[in-house]
Amino acid sequence: MADFWEKTRDSFAGWRLIGLPFGFGFLLLLTPLLLMVLLSFWTQDYLDLRRDFTLANYREVFTHPVFFTLIKRSLAIALVVTLVTVLLAFPVAYFISFYGGKRKTLLLFLITIPFWTSYLLRIFLWKIILGYNGVINSGLSSLNLIDAPLSFILYNSNAVVLALSHAWAPFAILPIFVSLEKIDRSLLEAGRDLGDSAYRSFFFITLPLAMPGIIAATLIVFIPTIGDYVTPKLVGGTEGLMVANMIQVQFAKANNAPLGASLALVSLCIVMLIALIFLFLNRKYLGRRV
Amino acid sequence: MKQQDMVVVSDLRKNFGELQVVKGIDLNIGAGEFFSLLGPSGCGKTTLLRMIAGFETANSGSITIDGKPMEGVDANERPTNMVFQSYAIFPHLNVEQNVAYGLKKSGLSADAVRGRVDAMLKLVDLEGYHKRPSYALSGGQKQRVALARALIMQPKVLLLDEPLSALDKKLREQMQHELRRLQRTLGITFILVTHDQEEALIMSDRIAVMFDGRIAQIGTPREIYERPVNRHVASFIGVMNFLDGTLKSVSKKGLQIASKTFGSIYLAPEQMPAPLEAGAVTLGVRPEMMSVLYKASDQADYELQGKVVSVDYYGDMSFYTIAVQGSKEHLAVCMRNTVGRHVYDEGDAVRLGWSNASMVVLR
Amino acid sequence: MKHSSPIALSVFVVIYLVFLYAPIFLLPIFAFNDSAVIAFPLSGFTLHWFKELWGEDVLFRAATNSLIIAVSTAVLSTCFGVLTARAMARHQFIGKKPIFGLIMAPLFLPEIIIGVSMLIVLLQLGLALSLWTVIIGHTLIATPFSVSILATAFNNMDRSLEEASLDLGETRIGTFRRVILPLVAPGLISSLLIGFIISLDEFVIAFFLTGTDPTLPVYIWSLLRFPSKLPIVMALGFLLLVLSLILLSLFEAARRRSERLTGG
Repeated sequence: MADFWEKTRDSFAGWRLIGLPFGFGFLLLLTPLLLMVLLSFWTQDYLDLRRDFTLANYREVFTHPVFFTLIKRSLAIALVVTLVTVLLAFPVAYFISFYGGKRKTLLLFLITIPFWTSYLLRIFLWKIILGYNGVINSGLSSLNLIDAPLSFILYNSNAVVLALSHAWAPFAILPIFVSLEKIDRSLLEAGRDLGDSAYRSFFFITLPLAMPGIIAATLIVFIPTIGDYVTPKLVGGTEGLMVANMIQVQFAKANNAPLGASLALVSLCIVMLIALIFLFLNRKYLGRRV
Repeated sequence: MKQQDMVVVSDLRKNFGELQVVKGIDLNIGAGEFFSLLGPSGCGKTTLLRMIAGFETANSGSITIDGKPMEGVDANERPTNMVFQSYAIFPHLNVEQNVAYGLKKSGLSADAVRGRVDAMLKLVDLEGYHKRPSYALSGGQKQRVALARALIMQPKVLLLDEPLSALDKKLREQMQHELRRLQRTLGITFILVTHDQEEALIMSDRIAVMFDGRIAQIGTPREIYERPVNRHVASFIGVMNFLDGTLKSVSKKGLQIASKTFGSIYLAPEQMPAPLEAGAVTLGVRPEMMSVLYKASDQADYELQGKVVSVDYYGDMSFYTIAVQGSKEHLAVCMRNTVGRHVYDEGDAVRLGWSNASMVVLR
Repeated sequence: MKHSSPIALSVFVVIYLVFLYAPIFLLPIFAFNDSAVIAFPLSGFTLHWFKELWGEDVLFRAATNSLIIAVSTAVLSTCFGVLTARAMARHQFIGKKPIFGLIMAPLFLPEIIIGVSMLIVLLQLGLALSLWTVIIGHTLIATPFSVSILATAFNNMDRSLEEASLDLGETRIGTFRRVILPLVAPGLISSLLIGFIISLDEFVIAFFLTGTDPTLPVYIWSLLRFPSKLPIVMALGFLLLVLSLILLSLFEAARRRSERLTGG
């Protein structure tokens, strides 16, 4: 009985603390999300909203070639960006952690400096580098290497991938660095002591133990890139547009909020699915460890 | 180099930047010997061990293992294996995978590896723990896995870096005996680094006592305890009472020493472990070699009157601190509490005595 | 044991750094370039764009809005972070996991989803968009970061320190003020800073939820559409970079100083 009261009192104290942030999240995150679900089953009839339950929006999302292409492209771009960013980030994080010595903080600082200005500007600057009379084209033509400006480098998916891989670089480096730092160096020594070559010591000890950081980096990069609005709008042209741009169009110009809501929900489901896969992987690597 | 020497270290030096950590060490460790490096933290013992393992490179000097010079030989090529202080159990592998880790490159068949792992787990008393994930192991079990993982490599030399320091007292004592037993059974050379003098005494064939990057004394546990070469070693290994004296002469027959309290006394030559010049010396007596003389008829070679300053009662024995006339320093005396033996209180007047043979002359 | 870094790896890191810095190098170049067109070859040095920037009234309004929003977000998300981290570290209660999941959920949601869903509610309720709607959106995305930072701070704190304070006769509130607060202070400052930075640089939610008062990123976005304004944007970007680096250095210096004082 005393135990029961003790638990109840603890529960009450916990609730009293977490009540406010929970209420905030419930009212301003969960409720809007549920309303968005509701809206996605309604239809827009010019200026009026028809509140009859229908799957028409979802039918359109999955059958209309434009929507489906955008979703596929967003997924593809996000996966490529994630892969490229994490693959490039790992050696850098490894270098700082294992060879950084006393300059680790300085090196990390050096990595983050380019990111202390507006996200919009960082993306926009790529437009200046890649544009028709941008840095690359004017540089190459002044060297007489090209006659006409290269056009394949801007306003397509490649430019989006490049700009996003740049924008999210430190967010991939930092978690990987942290997980590498956490590796007890005596584990690597134990491996060497038991006859490991440098190769084996990397693939059998370092890499598996860095997995939580790699998975975190993957999620940190993947989730925002699949829903990115700014980058495709600035450097993607028409063939580099992504689903977020279409969602915005539906809510603004097209004035079809229900369709926009269902597009957003379909994207959300894809994100959730992939996040769950990675969280499951993470649990496999991390969950068992204390 | 003698034929049976397994590890030979000569004039080994190591600096970390400006700091000299190992300042010229010479050491011969025999095959099948249980050898301990004993010293306070920061004395360079762990660095010495890590140089033998190949994790640190010496600035000068050489290490030879089983007749082969180790210069340029990487840790993964050396016939040594290490039990780490933190155990360094791979957290992403289970017990079996940890133990079998080093056998991957041995070319053994899966069955042979399984057989070796089974045998090793049996040896360290962890039968049936194969699939146990490493996070679910207690400190003592991790210790055993670390041991099995190193021993399965059949090293010529097993290096142990303070392997027992993280265990509680009971478990530590048990592991001390088990390690000793293992070493005897396997006949492998063990080199143990420890700061625990009792541990070194219990386990080792020989001990090197290290201070400040140098070896102060090498010897069997009895030599180290009973015949320390200087006050520093004597105080690090237990407690010792020091009395002033003057060494008058050294001859084959014995040592002549002048003492303020006892006049001229004669000791056997082996009571001076390190040769000293004539002049001021210290006479050392261990507390358990002194006794309180209870009855008027009790007699000893040397006797002093004193007064009990404090008593520490340990159950099986009592530890007295006694103030004596003619000495500023108090003397420590340890008496077993046998049946009917009186335990003195603070302030009691007592008569102490000890034998001629219990004294040692040191710096 | 390896002693020096492998050459291939070092070369890779250098190339990577060049990649990271490539866009940023352009900022000062074009901010001081005497030409209305952002292209090579360069035309000469000028401070003209900074002067013009000074004349942009909307800029100052946008910057003020952003500061108000960022400070409010930092304070709100830190308060929520303290409450959540404390509840999670010290109490067992019904619904602990799902509640925590809800609070941390914005980490797993693309920002556009949050912006859109809030926009729907506000439109349905017929509420006007204002600075408050942006603050709410930003607090939602900043709170999980505050919680993560503060959870570490709270979990690292030895419970017996609190018990010692109570044992010495201090009240619960006094214990919070005299023991807990000083111990989690570094976490609090980090949490405030991260909330501030997230809000200051956030565009999509602000884009969806601002009314007539733009935030700084929304204002920059509107400038990007006018080629004639681009040099001003470069000047602004350069100023932002310099300003944040100065603030960051001051913060780092203060941190080192406090580390020295506490002997950490």
